[in-house]
Amino acid sequence: MAAAIFQGFGASTALSLSKSFDSKRVKLPFGRSLSERRASFVVVRSDGRVVSDSCRARKLVTHAVATKADSAAATSASKPGHELLLFEALQEGLEEEMDRDPHVCVMGEDVGHYGGSYKVTKGLAKKFGDLRVLDTPIAENSFTGMGIGAAMTGLRPIVEGMNMGFLLLAYNQISNNCGMLHYTSGGQFKIPIVIRGPGGVGRQLGAEHSQRLESYFQSIPGIQMVACSTPYNAKGLMKAAIRSDNPVILFEHVLLYNLKERIPDEEYVLSLEEAEMVRPGEHVTILTYSRMRYHVMQAAKTLVNKGYDPEVIDIRSLKPFDLHTIGNSVKKTHRVLIVEECMRTGGIGASLTAAINENFHDYLDAPIVCLSSQDVPTPYAGTLEEWTVVQPAQIVTAVEQLCQ
Amino acid sequence: MSAAFSSVRAIRRPGSFAGEKHSPPVASSKFASDFLGCAGRLPFGALSVSIRPRSARRRGLSSVVAVSDVVKEKKLKRSSSSSDLLITKEEGLELYEDMVLGRTFEDMCAQMYYRGKMFGFVHLYNGQEAVSTGFIKLLKQEDCVVSTYRDHVHALSKGVPARAVMSELFGKTTGCCRGQGGSMHMFSKEHNLLGGFAFIGEGIPIATGAAFTSKYRREVLKESDCDHVTVAFFGDGTCNNGQFYECLNMAALWKLPIVFVVENNLWAIGMSHLRATSDPQIWKKGPAFGMPGVHVDGMDVLKVREVAKEAIGRARRGEGPTLVECETYRFRGHSLADPDELRDPAEKARYAARDPIVALKKYILENNLASEAELKAIEKKIDEIMEDSVDFADASPLPPRSQLLENVFADPKGFGIGPDGRYRCEDPKFTEGTAHV
Repeated sequence: MAAAIFQGFGASTALSLSKSFDSKRVKLPFGRSLSERRASFVVVRSDGRVVSDSCRARKLVTHAVATKADSAAATSASKPGHELLLFEALQEGLEEEMDRDPHVCVMGEDVGHYGGSYKVTKGLAKKFGDLRVLDTPIAENSFTGMGIGAAMTGLRPIVEGMNMGFLLLAYNQISNNCGMLHYTSGGQFKIPIVIRGPGGVGRQLGAEHSQRLESYFQSIPGIQMVACSTPYNAKGLMKAAIRSDNPVILFEHVLLYNLKERIPDEEYVLSLEEAEMVRPGEHVTILTYSRMRYHVMQAAKTLVNKGYDPEVIDIRSLKPFDLHTIGNSVKKTHRVLIVEECMRTGGIGASLTAAINENFHDYLDAPIVCLSSQDVPTPYAGTLEEWTVVQPAQIVTAVEQLCQ
Repeated sequence: MSAAFSSVRAIRRPGSFAGEKHSPPVASSKFASDFLGCAGRLPFGALSVSIRPRSARRRGLSSVVAVSDVVKEKKLKRSSSSSDLLITKEEGLELYEDMVLGRTFEDMCAQMYYRGKMFGFVHLYNGQEAVSTGFIKLLKQEDCVVSTYRDHVHALSKGVPARAVMSELFGKTTGCCRGQGGSMHMFSKEHNLLGGFAFIGEGIPIATGAAFTSKYRREVLKESDCDHVTVAFFGDGTCNNGQFYECLNMAALWKLPIVFVVENNLWAIGMSHLRATSDPQIWKKGPAFGMPGVHVDGMDVLKVREVAKEAIGRARRGEGPTLVECETYRFRGHSLADPDELRDPAEKARYAARDPIVALKKYILENNLASEAELKAIEKKIDEIMEDSVDFADASPLPPRSQLLENVFADPKGFGIGPDGRYRCEDPKFTEGTAHV
């Protein structure tokens, strides 16, 4: 299969969010489609080979920016692709990997007969059987440990936390065994496990169902963490995570499952370690991930109207950070704004601030601004919940102040 | 009859056993005497399921009985032919050698620790050898063993060379885990030893996962000859931990090929099992989850072996898990740092008199399976292995700086992309162990 390098699909594949949302379920603050967004995907080889297999192949990744003309040409050269929702993209990626390798299996609560609480594993139990899509009892620590033991002995399990917050119960296994076991065994056992599930602040779900575990897990040595935000990167990251021999934690967001996008028909796998250029710009670098990407893009619209030119990067890889993409951006704009949903204390933003200061201090014209959620247990009341999370208006204000 | 464990029902009798050879246990409550293996008489009236032949019968009942119907049957068969022993000469010597290896190794560890050759927490297995030998010597190389921090002897029984274990304890790069694991984290892919875990209970889900893989191979990957069994070892303290129960449930639910072996040595550091557990009879917890629960005298390697045969056989045939509680005792403290002041010297003396190695030696000699000279030869051989392992570990190099970052990730791209656009693992400093990650 020819290596089709996707440079983006231009307007035709822009996320058309307004029509496809189940408005009762998700209500994002912006209504119009983002057609003016420069479609820019990280370039990926789509011939079925994993990009990350060869570091040489990475060089193809650099030019992620597509102008409208280029993307039009690319569109006509490639197949039309198909539209689906984010949870379907995850399912597609999962199913493809399960078809490809019989060692890939899923375990978690209600993943089998119920199809997954967010429908990511819908229909898979019927197709692959009850052992490959295993309904577990409610015992997170133990079934996560079971997944790790299975990974050590040759399987490639995907453990689903019904809500990421439940994986706090599995912290013993995730930290001690998932992260560390490859090292303490002297490299004898690998743990090719994927731990995934929905997290983040939803719609009045209450404090315990609104947690951001990426900040708790980030210190564990030996794991990788990625966060998906679009159907395209959800599928690509799911496939990459499954193929990786490292333990990978894939963070999904409760509010993003019904995003619709047109994704390629050809197989593609994204790189786990790379960030995604969402919107190139000149004035300020905005680093974000997961749901906050959409708040940032909405703020970006306002900022563009006000004459600013923000560069928006979805960091995607929460551990490790893609300091190349981030660094190049900082060197260009000299101003950094981080927008995240983690708590202020000890979140991904805090780590990212430290990493950028350490590596690119000379290139900064202003201190890094980090907008995070408040250090508050997420309240149930809608108004209070809204105030704990970063809103587009705050992002606009922050950019204006940063660019003074 | 189809060899299967029936669910054990303890029949409590007031007071202690008639003809009990040993003095009553430390705690004088009825509960305690029940707990210490006095599972009462089997309903069929067979008095003793002791598997010691004539000599033992002459002395009366052993206070601890294996409650396996199979063992009982063997005993009934045996009474018709006194030449029908439980082990052959080869097996006897194999068991003897393994237990002597374990004991000698642990004694050497203590010596080396006090000479400053190893550090940290070292937990020795002296006294419990019958459990490790009794179970692991029945396993194939492909079967998996999961242990706890008291894992040196499990590693040795499973086949990990003494040199590799000693080197690991010395923190040398030739250790089985390249010096990165230490005393509490013995791993061997070649011998399917899946650890070595420092936190109690956290190995049990790993063992459950290994058993799951075995079932998966058979049923999903259609490897119909895959009958690998996993044996999980853990202690009495662990039996109050959630992971234990969660895994008993899952293993029984999916009929996983696993044997849960409780090495009940009555003490969790300084916490007596009786003070920590509402119902100290751990074997009873098996039937609560739908699997047989068996109690066995863990100081007698032959009894353990008989129970192990049945439990492992069950798992191999796909009949599901078994919970085996081995009553055993550690002759030393919890670790080399433990002053071991809480345990009653009388209790220690009682169990020292039941030293499993002494008992097996006696059995072998009394039944003319081997001569004193042959046993001495084995002991000498072990001494030589021990000397060699210490010399090897002493002579081995310490891990170099370059080893620091090598095994953090199976795929070192996990360290990410540096500011220069290259993967960090491509940085030449990476192999030197000085790369900035």
